[in-house]
Amino acid sequence: MRRYFDTRSKPWLIWVGFALIGIALAVLPFALTQVGTTWVRITNYAILYILLALGLNIVVGFAGLLDLGYIAFYAVGAYVYALLASPQFGLHLPFWVILPIGAAVAALFGAMLGAPTLKLRGDYLAIVTLGFGEIIRIFLNNLSRPVNITNGPQGIAGIDPFTLPGFRFDSPIKYYYLLLAVVLIVIVINLRLQNSRIGRAWEAIREDEIAARAMGINTRNLKLLAFAMGASFGGIAGGMFSAIQAFISPESFILVESIMVVSMVVLGGMGNIWGVILGAVLLSFVPEILRWTVEPLQHALFGRMLVDPEVIRMLLFGLALVLVMLFRPAGLLPSAVRKRELTGSLEERAT
Amino acid sequence: MDTFLQQLVNGLTAGSVYAVVALGYTMVYGIIQLINFAHGEVVMIGAMVAFTVINLLVPTGLPPLAIVLIGAGCAVPVCMLVGYGMERLAYRPLRHSPRLAPLITAIGVSIILQHVSLMIWSRNVLAFPQIIPSRSYFIGGAAITTVQIAILAICLTLMAGLAILVYRTPLGTAMRATAQNPQVAGLMGIDINRVIAVTFIIGAGLGAVAGVLFGTYYGLAQYTMGSVLGLKAFSAAVLGGIGNIPGAMLGGVLLGLVEALGAGYIGDFTDMCQWGLPLQACEGGGHFILFGSNYQDVFAFIVLILVLVFRPQGLLGERVGDRA
Repeated sequence: MRRYFDTRSKPWLIWVGFALIGIALAVLPFALTQVGTTWVRITNYAILYILLALGLNIVVGFAGLLDLGYIAFYAVGAYVYALLASPQFGLHLPFWVILPIGAAVAALFGAMLGAPTLKLRGDYLAIVTLGFGEIIRIFLNNLSRPVNITNGPQGIAGIDPFTLPGFRFDSPIKYYYLLLAVVLIVIVINLRLQNSRIGRAWEAIREDEIAARAMGINTRNLKLLAFAMGASFGGIAGGMFSAIQAFISPESFILVESIMVVSMVVLGGMGNIWGVILGAVLLSFVPEILRWTVEPLQHALFGRMLVDPEVIRMLLFGLALVLVMLFRPAGLLPSAVRKRELTGSLEERAT
Repeated sequence: MDTFLQQLVNGLTAGSVYAVVALGYTMVYGIIQLINFAHGEVVMIGAMVAFTVINLLVPTGLPPLAIVLIGAGCAVPVCMLVGYGMERLAYRPLRHSPRLAPLITAIGVSIILQHVSLMIWSRNVLAFPQIIPSRSYFIGGAAITTVQIAILAICLTLMAGLAILVYRTPLGTAMRATAQNPQVAGLMGIDINRVIAVTFIIGAGLGAVAGVLFGTYYGLAQYTMGSVLGLKAFSAAVLGGIGNIPGAMLGGVLLGLVEALGAGYIGDFTDMCQWGLPLQACEGGGHFILFGSNYQDVFAFIVLILVLVFRPQGLLGERVGDRA
């Protein structure tokens, strides 16, 4: 079997593989429409989660900074888009103007959060970022008085979809192709980033900050950069979320969402781009599959709903975090370096 | 002045509850340098168990005080069991892993506990039955209720008890030794695993009592109450100097005061009319309040960030080295 798929002797096999995956991804929405249009929408959200997870992977996986308030940047991007393209202020700017603004504002927030906190050690940073996420949510909830900016808990409705001259993104399938294009670009950026000078510097910081500094790496600036870059990806994903949903409220940006993205990165394998994508796909589809299996199953067995699939989903997230850390600390698809780092004990590393 | 005194009383009450929760964080951190993310959930479970027991006992016509005591008496062992369980299953196997690993399991444990509670107690806000007759006493214009007095008294007793345990008993000596250097403490014949487990159990027991107090004070309990309360208590522990037991007590009370006074005054302070801005809303004695008391929950985080930036070792913390 292996002889036939040996890519070293047959390099063209890789391209065949890429082509097959490409074709599969291109026809996927039509196949899904056969099952139900909802599934295209679910796939779109899954791709959004892939974007988020890849953004967070820069912060957690590459630079080793645990960020528990990542969803705040998603919220910032979403609100920037919503405010600039909805009846809220009567502004209707085109998306290709807003998305860069959203990414920039999110990056600014990332730098704002990072600047005072990046000298903190890992676990403190986690808690501070968590607090930051909550602060953003509280502000979004309350910035309706005295001047109505965010419309408070009611949220903003009637957000414009993406439009190009003569073309309107008005169906989930159109968004699917757009999201697919964006996610491919982000994957390429991530792959290039990982092996760049910056990516290697991040890895050095993650492994041993003091040693990295001794090697002449400007640790503070590079950590800030990781924060800002991760945040800008979150901002772009947020803008797209805003347009797809056409409605946003602070409810979409709660702590659980941050933890969900962290779970995806951890489950898949921190620092490994393909692992993170796998984690995001698994954790965004499992709840939907649960919804389609657990509910009818419970109705059939007990005649009523005993356990909400939402609860099962969260329990699975929690269990995934604990079990992965206990038994496979480097994730399902570990990155080589990360694996070495997370499986070696402190004593081993000391010697 | 009346507002000030009243907020002082409220702040002290809330702050002493924060202090008791903060002790749970600080003890665990002091001994194994782990932020026990799930401690807030232990507090929540304490409140929930007490809620169930109190509700069961109300129809029996027992005296209210006895009912609350039995409620707390049931909550404490349950929480201790939860605390021991999570140490044994989720943290102990990772004791020698890099720091990120136990922190991530702690988040996982916290989600699991939250959603198991959701399954047991539903997602509704549960109203604690108000069975203790509340009488108010007036001190210089501020009202203090019997419940507030009881909370202050209980928290002070718990803190004093813990201080005696840690600084005057062999177990306390073992705990402090383990905190300083687990390897050497082990060589001196201390069973480190036992000491760490006991630390978790004591912290969880304190958390359970805090949960019951919190529930009876605000009259509410919900499965999500643990995360915000936990964050505030953690902020309090950091404010006082994490790992430092008197620090957690001081930090909790200070944080309660900052929050209460902040919520009481931020509205007046950010009233743009008071600063003489020529705004339309100000005409005829109107107000233009930028930030109202609905921002109360933000204070804890701002305190946390400020402390970590300017004095990462906290108010009473002394060891700096690996902290910041």
